[in-house]
Amino acid sequence: MTASGSGLAPARPYRQPVSRLWWLRRRSYLLFALRELSCVFVAWFVAFTLMLVVAVGSGPEPYRDFLDWSARPWVIALNVIAAAFVLLHAVTWFNLAPKAMVVRLGGRPVRPAAVVAAHYLLWIVCSIIAVWVILR
Amino acid sequence: MADHDTIAVEVTRYRPEQESVPAPQCYRVPLRKEWTILDGLNHIKDRLDGTLSYRWSCRMGICGSCGMTVNGEPKLACSTFLTDYAPGSIRVEPMRNFPVIRDLVVDISDFMAKLPKVKPWLIRADEDEQEDGEYLQTPEEKEAYQRYSMCINCMLCYSACPVYALEPTFLGPAVIALGQRYNLDSRDQGAEDRRDVLASAEGAWACTLVGECSVACPKGVDPAGAIQRYKLTAATKSLKEFLLPRGAR
Repeated sequence: MTASGSGLAPARPYRQPVSRLWWLRRRSYLLFALRELSCVFVAWFVAFTLMLVVAVGSGPEPYRDFLDWSARPWVIALNVIAAAFVLLHAVTWFNLAPKAMVVRLGGRPVRPAAVVAAHYLLWIVCSIIAVWVILR
Repeated sequence: MADHDTIAVEVTRYRPEQESVPAPQCYRVPLRKEWTILDGLNHIKDRLDGTLSYRWSCRMGICGSCGMTVNGEPKLACSTFLTDYAPGSIRVEPMRNFPVIRDLVVDISDFMAKLPKVKPWLIRADEDEQEDGEYLQTPEEKEAYQRYSMCINCMLCYSACPVYALEPTFLGPAVIALGQRYNLDSRDQGAEDRRDVLASAEGAWACTLVGECSVACPKGVDPAGAIQRYKLTAATKSLKEFLLPRGAR
Protein backbone atom coordinates (compact mmCIF):
# COMPACT_ATOMS: atom_id res chain seq x y z
CA MET A 1 0.00 0.00 0.00
CA THR A 2 1.41 3.41 -0.85
CA ALA A 3 1.53 6.23 1.66
CA SER A 4 -1.17 8.18 -0.20
CA GLY A 5 -3.28 5.04 -0.59
CA SER A 6 -3.22 4.40 3.15
CA GLY A 7 -4.16 7.99 3.94
CA LEU A 8 -0.83 8.58 5.72
CA ALA A 9 1.18 11.71 5.22
CA PRO A 10 4.19 11.12 2.97
CA ALA A 11 7.32 10.32 4.96
CA ARG A 12 9.52 13.36 5.47
CA PRO A 13 12.29 12.15 7.73
CA TYR A 14 14.04 14.82 9.77
CA ARG A 15 17.84 14.79 9.74
CA GLN A 16 19.41 16.38 12.77
CA PRO A 17 22.26 18.63 11.60
CA VAL A 18 25.71 17.96 13.08
CA SER A 19 26.96 21.04 14.89
CA ARG A 20 30.37 22.40 13.90
CA LEU A 21 31.28 22.28 17.59
CA TRP A 22 30.18 18.65 18.10
CA TRP A 23 33.62 17.83 19.50
CA LEU A 24 32.99 20.11 22.48
CA ARG A 25 29.84 18.23 23.51
CA ARG A 26 31.62 15.55 25.54
CA ARG A 27 34.95 15.20 27.29
CA SER A 28 35.69 12.03 25.30
CA TYR A 29 34.96 13.81 22.00
CA LEU A 30 37.29 16.68 22.98
CA LEU A 31 40.04 14.28 24.01
CA PHE A 32 39.61 12.49 20.69
CA ALA A 33 39.86 15.77 18.74
CA LEU A 34 43.02 16.71 20.67
CA ARG A 35 44.50 13.28 20.01
CA GLU A 36 43.82 13.63 16.28
CA LEU A 37 45.43 17.08 16.38
CA SER A 38 48.47 15.60 18.13
CA CYS A 39 49.64 14.01 14.86
CA VAL A 40 50.54 17.50 13.58
CA PHE A 41 52.92 17.92 16.53
CA VAL A 42 54.36 14.43 16.05
CA ALA A 43 55.12 15.48 12.45
CA TRP A 44 56.68 18.71 13.78
CA PHE A 45 59.00 16.71 16.08
CA VAL A 46 60.08 14.57 13.13
CA ALA A 47 60.82 17.73 11.10
CA PHE A 48 62.67 19.30 14.06
CA THR A 49 64.81 16.17 14.57
CA LEU A 50 65.63 16.05 10.84
CA MET A 51 66.66 19.72 10.94
CA LEU A 52 68.90 18.88 13.91
CA VAL A 53 70.49 15.98 12.02
CA VAL A 54 71.11 18.19 8.98
CA ALA A 55 72.65 20.89 11.21
CA VAL A 56 74.92 18.38 12.95
CA GLY A 57 75.99 16.99 9.56
CA SER A 58 76.78 20.46 8.20
CA GLY A 59 79.50 21.29 10.71
CA PRO A 60 79.97 23.25 13.98
CA GLU A 61 78.79 26.63 12.67
CA PRO A 62 75.37 25.56 11.31
CA TYR A 63 74.94 23.41 14.44
CA ARG A 64 75.49 26.44 16.68
CA ASP A 65 73.05 28.47 14.52
CA PHE A 66 70.49 25.73 14.94
CA LEU A 67 70.97 25.74 18.73
CA ASP A 68 70.56 29.55 18.80
CA TRP A 69 67.41 29.28 16.72
CA SER A 70 66.10 26.48 18.98
CA ALA A 71 66.63 28.72 22.03
CA ARG A 72 64.29 31.43 20.72
CA PRO A 73 61.25 31.80 22.99
CA TRP A 74 58.70 30.97 20.30
CA VAL A 75 60.56 27.76 19.29
CA ILE A 76 60.78 26.71 22.94
CA ALA A 77 57.08 27.51 23.43
CA LEU A 78 56.20 25.51 20.30
CA ASN A 79 58.30 22.58 21.47
CA VAL A 80 56.74 22.60 24.95
CA ILE A 81 53.25 22.49 23.39
CA ALA A 82 54.42 19.81 20.95
CA ALA A 83 55.88 17.76 23.82
CA ALA A 84 52.53 17.90 25.65
CA PHE A 85 50.68 16.74 22.54
CA VAL A 86 53.21 13.97 21.81
CA LEU A 87 52.83 12.80 25.42
CA LEU A 88 49.04 12.72 24.95
CA HIS A 89 49.58 10.81 21.71
CA ALA A 90 51.83 8.25 23.41
CA VAL A 91 49.60 7.76 26.46
CA THR A 92 46.41 7.31 24.42
CA TRP A 93 48.27 4.97 22.06
CA PHE A 94 49.48 2.84 24.97
CA ASN A 95 46.02 2.76 26.51
CA LEU A 96 44.64 1.53 23.21
CA ALA A 97 47.13 -1.35 23.01
CA PRO A 98 45.18 -3.87 25.13
CA LYS A 99 42.07 -3.16 23.07
CA ALA A 100 43.87 -4.03 19.84
CA MET A 101 45.92 -7.00 21.04
CA VAL A 102 44.68 -9.97 22.99
CA VAL A 103 47.83 -11.61 24.31
CA ARG A 104 47.73 -15.17 25.62
CA LEU A 105 50.46 -16.61 27.80
CA GLY A 106 50.36 -20.30 28.66
CA GLY A 107 46.81 -20.54 27.28
CA ARG A 108 45.52 -17.75 29.54
CA PRO A 109 44.68 -14.22 28.38
CA VAL A 110 47.03 -11.59 29.79
CA ARG A 111 45.22 -8.86 31.79
CA PRO A 112 44.82 -5.55 29.88
CA ALA A 113 46.65 -3.68 32.68
CA ALA A 114 49.67 -5.96 32.19
CA VAL A 115 49.74 -5.21 28.44
CA VAL A 116 49.71 -1.46 29.18
CA ALA A 117 52.40 -1.91 31.86
CA ALA A 118 54.62 -3.80 29.39
CA HIS A 119 54.35 -0.88 26.94
CA TYR A 120 55.32 1.68 29.60
CA LEU A 121 58.20 -0.54 30.72
CA LEU A 122 59.48 -0.74 27.15
CA TRP A 123 59.13 3.03 26.84
CA ILE A 124 61.19 3.58 30.02
CA VAL A 125 63.89 1.14 28.82
CA CYS A 126 64.09 2.91 25.42
CA SER A 127 64.25 6.31 27.16
CA ILE A 128 67.08 5.14 29.45
CA ILE A 129 69.04 3.87 26.42
CA ALA A 130 68.45 7.19 24.62
CA VAL A 131 69.57 9.20 27.67
CA TRP A 132 72.65 6.97 28.05
CA VAL A 133 73.60 7.42 24.39
CA ILE A 134 73.20 11.23 24.64
CA LEU A 135 74.95 11.75 28.00
CA ARG A 136 77.77 9.19 27.99
CA MET B 1 -1.09 13.47 42.54
CA ALA B 2 1.50 15.50 44.45
CA ASP B 3 4.46 16.93 42.52
CA HIS B 4 7.02 14.78 44.33
CA ASP B 5 5.11 11.66 43.26
CA THR B 6 5.58 12.56 39.61
CA ILE B 7 8.44 13.45 37.32
CA ALA B 8 8.49 15.74 34.29
CA VAL B 9 9.31 13.95 31.06
CA GLU B 10 10.09 16.15 28.10
CA VAL B 11 9.59 14.13 24.93
CA THR B 12 10.71 15.27 21.50
CA ARG B 13 7.75 15.25 19.15
CA TYR B 14 8.01 15.21 15.39
CA ARG B 15 4.88 14.82 13.35
CA PRO B 16 5.91 15.62 9.77
CA GLU B 17 2.38 16.71 8.89
CA GLN B 18 2.38 19.24 11.75
CA GLU B 19 5.97 20.24 12.49
CA SER B 20 8.85 21.05 10.18
CA VAL B 21 11.39 20.49 12.96
CA PRO B 22 11.10 18.37 16.14
CA ALA B 23 9.89 20.19 19.25
CA PRO B 24 9.71 19.11 22.91
CA GLN B 25 6.45 18.34 24.69
CA CYS B 26 6.27 17.99 28.46
CA TYR B 27 4.31 15.35 30.37
CA ARG B 28 4.16 14.43 34.06
CA VAL B 29 4.30 10.74 34.81
CA PRO B 30 4.13 8.89 38.14
CA LEU B 31 7.55 8.48 39.72
CA ARG B 32 7.69 4.85 40.76
CA LYS B 33 10.76 2.99 41.92
CA GLU B 34 10.26 0.11 39.49
CA TRP B 35 9.35 2.25 36.47
CA THR B 36 11.72 2.68 33.56
CA ILE B 37 11.62 5.43 30.94
CA LEU B 38 9.71 2.95 28.79
CA ASP B 39 7.07 2.52 31.51
CA GLY B 40 6.81 6.31 31.60
CA LEU B 41 6.32 6.47 27.82
CA ASN B 42 3.74 3.68 27.97
CA HIS B 43 1.90 5.65 30.67
CA ILE B 44 1.90 8.71 28.39
CA LYS B 45 0.69 6.67 25.44
CA ASP B 46 -2.05 4.84 27.40
CA ARG B 47 -3.29 7.62 29.68
CA LEU B 48 -2.16 11.04 28.50
CA ASP B 49 -1.52 11.23 24.78
CA GLY B 50 -2.19 8.36 22.40
CA THR B 51 -0.50 10.14 19.51
CA LEU B 52 3.03 9.55 20.82
CA SER B 53 5.09 7.16 18.67
CA TYR B 54 8.08 5.07 19.79
CA ARG B 55 9.41 1.55 19.32
CA TRP B 56 9.48 -1.08 22.00
CA SER B 57 8.94 -4.78 22.44
CA CYS B 58 10.51 -7.00 25.09
CA ARG B 59 10.88 -4.58 28.06
CA MET B 60 13.96 -6.49 29.22
CA GLY B 61 17.00 -5.34 27.25
CA ILE B 62 17.00 -8.12 24.69
CA CYS B 63 15.07 -6.98 21.61
CA GLY B 64 17.07 -3.76 21.11
CA SER B 65 14.02 -1.78 19.94
CA CYS B 66 13.79 1.05 22.47
CA GLY B 67 17.08 2.89 21.93
CA MET B 68 16.63 6.60 22.66
CA THR B 69 18.60 9.62 23.79
CA VAL B 70 17.91 10.21 27.49
CA ASN B 71 19.27 13.48 28.86
CA GLY B 72 21.79 13.47 26.03
CA GLU B 73 22.98 9.88 26.55
CA PRO B 74 22.22 6.93 24.27
CA LYS B 75 20.15 4.52 26.40
CA LEU B 76 17.69 1.66 26.19
CA ALA B 77 14.42 3.10 27.54
CA CYS B 78 13.60 -0.25 29.17
CA SER B 79 16.86 -0.35 31.17
CA THR B 80 16.90 3.27 32.35
CA PHE B 81 14.97 4.08 35.51
CA LEU B 82 12.94 7.21 36.16
CA THR B 83 14.22 7.44 39.75
CA ASP B 84 17.81 7.79 38.52
CA TYR B 85 16.87 11.26 37.26
CA ALA B 86 14.71 12.41 40.19
CA PRO B 87 14.44 15.10 41.35
CA GLY B 88 14.74 16.94 38.10
CA SER B 89 13.38 16.31 34.68
CA ILE B 90 14.02 13.81 31.95
CA ARG B 91 14.55 14.72 28.33
CA VAL B 92 13.78 11.92 25.89
CA GLU B 93 14.90 12.42 22.29
CA PRO B 94 15.19 10.05 19.34
CA MET B 95 18.51 8.25 18.79
CA ARG B 96 21.07 10.58 17.28
CA ASN B 97 22.61 10.09 13.82
CA PHE B 98 19.49 8.52 12.29
CA PRO B 99 16.75 10.26 10.29
CA VAL B 100 13.65 10.73 12.46
CA ILE B 101 10.44 9.35 10.95
CA ARG B 102 8.06 10.33 13.73
CA ASP B 103 8.51 11.36 17.38
CA LEU B 104 11.04 8.84 18.79
CA VAL B 105 10.95 6.49 15.79
CA VAL B 106 14.05 6.59 13.59
CA ASP B 107 14.80 5.15 10.18
CA ILE B 108 17.17 2.19 10.64
CA SER B 109 17.30 1.09 7.00
CA ASP B 110 20.95 2.21 6.66
CA PHE B 111 21.98 -0.22 9.42
CA MET B 112 19.82 -2.98 7.97
CA ALA B 113 21.50 -2.53 4.57
CA LYS B 114 25.00 -2.61 6.07
CA LEU B 115 24.53 -5.60 8.37
CA PRO B 116 24.48 -8.38 5.72
CA LYS B 117 27.56 -6.90 4.01
CA VAL B 118 29.83 -8.47 6.65
CA LYS B 119 28.11 -11.86 6.24
CA PRO B 120 27.22 -12.30 9.91
CA TRP B 121 26.73 -16.05 9.74
CA LEU B 122 28.96 -19.14 9.82
CA ILE B 123 30.75 -19.64 6.53
CA ARG B 124 32.29 -23.05 5.83
CA ALA B 125 34.45 -24.09 2.90
CA ASP B 126 32.77 -27.50 3.08
CA GLU B 127 29.73 -28.34 5.16
CA ASP B 128 29.93 -31.58 7.16
CA GLU B 129 27.09 -34.01 6.73
CA GLN B 130 24.33 -33.72 9.32
CA GLU B 131 25.01 -37.25 10.62
CA ASP B 132 28.61 -36.21 11.43
CA GLY B 133 27.15 -34.20 14.33
CA GLU B 134 27.80 -30.69 15.59
CA TYR B 135 30.92 -28.62 15.11
CA LEU B 136 32.49 -28.96 18.53
CA GLN B 137 34.11 -26.10 20.38
CA THR B 138 36.17 -25.86 23.57
CA PRO B 139 35.14 -23.32 26.26
CA GLU B 140 38.19 -21.21 25.28
CA GLU B 141 37.12 -21.20 21.63
CA LYS B 142 33.64 -20.07 22.66
CA GLU B 143 35.07 -17.37 24.90
CA ALA B 144 37.07 -15.95 21.97
CA TYR B 145 33.92 -14.52 20.33
CA GLN B 146 31.19 -14.72 22.98
CA ARG B 147 31.43 -11.10 24.05
CA TYR B 148 30.77 -9.90 20.49
CA SER B 149 27.85 -12.30 20.11
CA MET B 150 25.93 -10.41 22.83
CA CYS B 151 25.01 -7.61 20.39
CA ILE B 152 21.25 -6.99 20.23
CA ASN B 153 21.38 -4.61 17.23
CA CYS B 154 20.01 -1.73 19.31
CA MET B 155 22.21 0.73 17.38
CA LEU B 156 23.04 2.81 20.47
CA CYS B 157 26.68 2.55 19.37
CA TYR B 158 25.77 4.28 16.08
CA SER B 159 23.97 6.96 18.05
CA ALA B 160 27.14 7.54 20.13
CA CYS B 161 29.61 7.50 17.21
CA PRO B 162 30.70 10.91 15.87
CA VAL B 163 32.41 9.22 12.90
CA TYR B 164 29.06 7.78 11.80
CA ALA B 165 27.46 11.22 12.29
CA LEU B 166 30.02 12.83 9.99
CA GLU B 167 30.52 9.97 7.52
CA PRO B 168 27.28 8.03 7.03
CA THR B 169 29.08 5.58 4.71
CA PHE B 170 30.98 4.18 7.75
CA LEU B 171 29.98 0.56 8.34
CA GLY B 172 29.72 1.37 12.03
CA PRO B 173 30.57 -0.25 15.36
CA ALA B 174 27.96 -3.02 15.65
CA VAL B 175 28.36 -4.27 12.08
CA ILE B 176 32.16 -4.53 12.37
CA ALA B 177 31.89 -6.16 15.81
CA LEU B 178 29.46 -8.71 14.35
CA GLY B 179 31.86 -9.42 11.50
CA GLN B 180 34.55 -10.02 14.13
CA ARG B 181 32.17 -12.22 16.12
CA TYR B 182 32.19 -14.68 13.19
CA ASN B 183 35.85 -14.17 12.25
CA LEU B 184 36.84 -15.22 15.77
CA ASP B 185 34.54 -18.25 15.82
CA SER B 186 36.56 -21.47 15.49
CA ARG B 187 33.76 -23.01 13.38
CA ASP B 188 33.91 -20.22 10.81
CA GLN B 189 36.11 -20.13 7.72
CA GLY B 190 34.81 -16.91 6.18
CA ALA B 191 37.32 -14.29 7.39
CA GLU B 192 38.70 -13.92 3.87
CA ASP B 193 35.15 -13.38 2.47
CA ARG B 194 34.56 -10.55 4.96
CA ARG B 195 37.94 -8.91 4.50
CA ASP B 196 37.09 -6.68 1.50
CA VAL B 197 34.28 -5.06 3.45
CA LEU B 198 35.79 -5.01 6.95
CA ALA B 199 39.24 -3.78 5.86
CA SER B 200 37.90 -1.15 3.46
CA ALA B 201 38.07 2.61 3.94
CA GLU B 202 34.41 2.53 5.09
CA GLY B 203 35.15 -0.41 7.38
CA ALA B 204 37.49 -0.67 10.35
CA TRP B 205 39.88 1.97 8.97
CA ALA B 206 37.22 4.68 9.11
CA CYS B 207 37.12 4.27 12.91
CA THR B 208 39.27 6.80 14.75
CA LEU B 209 38.68 5.23 18.18
CA VAL B 210 36.60 7.75 20.01
CA GLY B 211 35.50 4.82 22.16
CA GLU B 212 31.98 6.08 22.90
CA CYS B 213 30.39 3.05 21.20
CA SER B 214 31.75 0.79 23.94
CA VAL B 215 30.55 3.22 26.62
CA ALA B 216 27.03 3.27 25.12
CA CYS B 217 26.73 -0.49 24.58
CA PRO B 218 24.15 -1.89 27.03
CA LYS B 219 25.45 -5.46 26.57
CA GLY B 220 29.18 -4.93 27.16
CA VAL B 221 30.09 -5.89 23.59
CA ASP B 222 33.01 -3.41 23.31
CA PRO B 223 32.72 -2.68 19.58
CA ALA B 224 35.67 -0.24 19.82
CA GLY B 225 37.88 -3.11 20.99
CA ALA B 226 36.59 -5.39 18.22
CA ILE B 227 37.42 -2.76 15.59
CA GLN B 228 40.95 -2.11 16.93
CA ARG B 229 41.60 -5.86 17.03
CA TYR B 230 40.46 -6.15 13.44
CA LYS B 231 42.74 -3.28 12.38
CA LEU B 232 45.70 -5.18 13.84
CA THR B 233 44.60 -8.42 12.12
CA ALA B 234 44.10 -6.68 8.76
CA ALA B 235 47.42 -4.79 8.97
CA THR B 236 49.35 -7.94 9.94
CA LYS B 237 47.76 -9.85 7.09
CA SER B 238 48.56 -7.16 4.52
CA LEU B 239 52.15 -6.95 5.78
CA LYS B 240 52.57 -10.73 5.57
CA GLU B 241 51.21 -10.74 2.02
CA PHE B 242 53.65 -8.02 1.10
CA LEU B 243 56.72 -9.60 2.69
CA LEU B 244 56.25 -13.35 2.59
CA PRO B 245 56.08 -15.73 -0.37
CA ARG B 246 52.63 -17.22 -0.99
CA GLY B 247 53.31 -20.55 0.73
CA ALA B 248 54.51 -19.08 4.04
CA ARG B 249 51.53 -16.80 4.83
